[in-house]
Amino acid sequence: MTIQQDLQQQVQSAAASRSPLVICGGNSKSFYGRATSGDTLSLDGHQGIIDYTPSELVVSVRAGTLLSELQAELAKEAQMLPFEPPHFGETATLGGCIASGISGPRRPYTGAVRDFVLGVNCINGKGEYLRLGGQVMKNVAGYDLSRTLTGSLGTLAVLLDAHLKVLPRPPLETTLLQHCSAATAVELFNRWAGQPLPLSGACYLDGALYVRLSGMTEGVQAAVNTVGGEPLDNATQFWNQLREQQLPFFSGETPLWRLSVPAATPPLALDGAMLLDWGGAQRWLKTDLPADVVRHCVTAAGGHATLFRGGDRDSAVFQPLQPAMLALHQRLKHSLDPVGIFNPGRMYPDL
Amino acid sequence: MGVKTIITQLLAQLPEHCVLSHTEDLRPYECDALSAYRALPLAVVIPETAEQIRIALQICSEKNVPVVARGSGTGLSGGALPHSQGILLSLARFNRIIEIDPQNRTARVQPGVTNLAISSAAAAYGLYYAPDPSSQLACSIGGNVAENAGGVHCLKYGLTTHNIQALEVLTIDGEQLTIGSQALDAPGYDLLALLTGSEGLLAITIEITVKLLPCPEVAQVVMASFDSVDAAGTAVTATIASGIIPAGLELLDRPAIKAVDKFINTGYPKDAAAILLCELDGTQADVSAQIERVERVFTEAGATSQQISRDEQERQRFWAGRKAAFPAMGRLSPDYYCMDGTIPRKHLAKVLNHINTLSEEYQLPICNVFHAGDGNLHPLILYDANKPGELQRTEELGGKILELCVEVGGTITGEHGVGMEKINQMCVQFNSAELQQFHDIKQAFDPDKLLNPGKAIPTLHRCAEFGAMHVHHGELPHPELERF
Repeated sequence: MTIQQDLQQQVQSAAASRSPLVICGGNSKSFYGRATSGDTLSLDGHQGIIDYTPSELVVSVRAGTLLSELQAELAKEAQMLPFEPPHFGETATLGGCIASGISGPRRPYTGAVRDFVLGVNCINGKGEYLRLGGQVMKNVAGYDLSRTLTGSLGTLAVLLDAHLKVLPRPPLETTLLQHCSAATAVELFNRWAGQPLPLSGACYLDGALYVRLSGMTEGVQAAVNTVGGEPLDNATQFWNQLREQQLPFFSGETPLWRLSVPAATPPLALDGAMLLDWGGAQRWLKTDLPADVVRHCVTAAGGHATLFRGGDRDSAVFQPLQPAMLALHQRLKHSLDPVGIFNPGRMYPDL
Repeated sequence: MGVKTIITQLLAQLPEHCVLSHTEDLRPYECDALSAYRALPLAVVIPETAEQIRIALQICSEKNVPVVARGSGTGLSGGALPHSQGILLSLARFNRIIEIDPQNRTARVQPGVTNLAISSAAAAYGLYYAPDPSSQLACSIGGNVAENAGGVHCLKYGLTTHNIQALEVLTIDGEQLTIGSQALDAPGYDLLALLTGSEGLLAITIEITVKLLPCPEVAQVVMASFDSVDAAGTAVTATIASGIIPAGLELLDRPAIKAVDKFINTGYPKDAAAILLCELDGTQADVSAQIERVERVFTEAGATSQQISRDEQERQRFWAGRKAAFPAMGRLSPDYYCMDGTIPRKHLAKVLNHINTLSEEYQLPICNVFHAGDGNLHPLILYDANKPGELQRTEELGGKILELCVEVGGTITGEHGVGMEKINQMCVQFNSAELQQFHDIKQAFDPDKLLNPGKAIPTLHRCAEFGAMHVHHGELPHPELERF
């Protein structure tokens, strides 16, 4: 029996006995989302790159493949995953990366995980093997379910393989540093983003603004003069630590909130330590404030807030949905996972 | 439900000028840009407010009457073909740009706004909306969302799905939902992805927030000729392998070059077997560096001549032929049929050669002018609908081409959508479990199947019939695919 058939069979018997499954890759992101429980469905044995032709800018990968292994293969061909995914541990797999849908610092400028998912093979809650999307850049046949599975935290299907678009690694990257207020940083981020500059990262922490420029040597050098600031030494390490949440800002036990807001939103009046990333569109807040205070402020700004790390994992970790929207989510979940066996409650209590 | 009853109901709750029901008034709506398929709806509703759309949907929902939404009617797959027992919902009067937010680089627009109008309005801020289907002067942004429209610049800037941020939609029972958000993501499932390209089967879009990008400082085009399609195909692959992502990379084969040249004086090299148009954009420094590299790659791939646009006027002139390709076909042949498959680029030469063989076999000329950079083919089959049986042969040939695309790992539609046109080929690309899954998704949004019924996803019954038709000499064309 192939691994795929074995997984299908495990899903079928779980569906028959209505026993929940916890889908597990490298377990590096088990801190994320709400607490869930059930029998482990491990993708551990389902590893390897299926197909990679660099000139196609497409790679097909099994979900249990280590993210580090995939990235090393791409790097050999001077290519990369454009969404710069955080690993949050050495065991991180590609499946977990797609299921969590978490993108890194490059996201506002090149796109999110979902933007580079061209197709997936998966198992639905009936244990059926489905091929969704495809292996080409442009494909509008059938509903775009592969992108909908991205970021669904394993609540809709078991991800087996993914076809991803990759991009050439920029030949040159430079990071510039300047000191300013948070309000000025937001203003500068968005002024630059409105100009044709080769931006690939923009964050603000402790009175310092960091901006990363990536591209061909000529273009980056021209942009350095427009943006201004001092070159940052050890820039690669800085962006890695930001992406992996290893900067000193992220240490300690205070709950960590992820605030997703329109990029030009002025600094929010919330008590706690704040780090601005994604050119202002993603803000990290360390605070003991109650959830409703955080969400009230963020919603007023047109955004939403996620309790990313720490705090009560049985509470509403993700921003609650309006009743009609929750009902639609439940119907959608039911269409893929009729008995409700995949990661129940990981995203919302009634999902 | 009688015709009169539904019209009476609509007229009772909507202004008289918003409901058309006389045959002569319905006629302009009988087809979209795929004019081979025609049907008259029971009535056309042209609402002016979201509340009027909600009322129309509620009436249809209560009376179990199908609803087909329509933007500008420029779609090429029959997605806006009316349902003979349903109403056609025209969103033409939703043509307002509500707000441009230069700080956040977004625009909130109504679905009837044309694609190009968004970029024109954003130009004042040095911004533009990236996806540019060739019908951008006329096509509506609502239609773009429904079809996940592409264009010439997809390779670098993505499709519609990559360039929108939020939708306001009405479900069939009249519930208004916000999909996505004004931030870069939204809580819950990525319904924005699911709705984009859903061909009007899941909900009615009444407002769209699009992302705007800064206008590039400069754009330049390299035009190169090759003495074989294979060499041009190699040049495409080599360009991308060299680490360059062109803003656009288009290929015209010999029949297309000739057709275009007869139509307007393009200055395209007449003796070439294929030409490539490679557009590079960005800062002047970047573009100059990339042009140098592209020239080198093209030379190595065997380019017989190369020209670089020296100014904006020359760039426009290089593109003029490409843009005139479709009207040029209209001059050359009474009718033409535009296909839309995508294939992995590495199979470009093989597939084009196979298409030529098919063209000879069916005795129907084919021109190729397409988005080579992302492997999105647009074979144009030239035919004469007045010759008995020729449309039928054309459709059969088209079907063969799409099946070939699937065979090499591609898809039956890259950007035009399935609509009515490619409904049978869906049976070739997807198996019964996959199609059933799509039907189940539809069920979650529209349990009574009233939104654009019969399009995009074939019934399993239809596929069984199509499968039976396709048995030749006792052999199925794709033995590896599951049948039902």
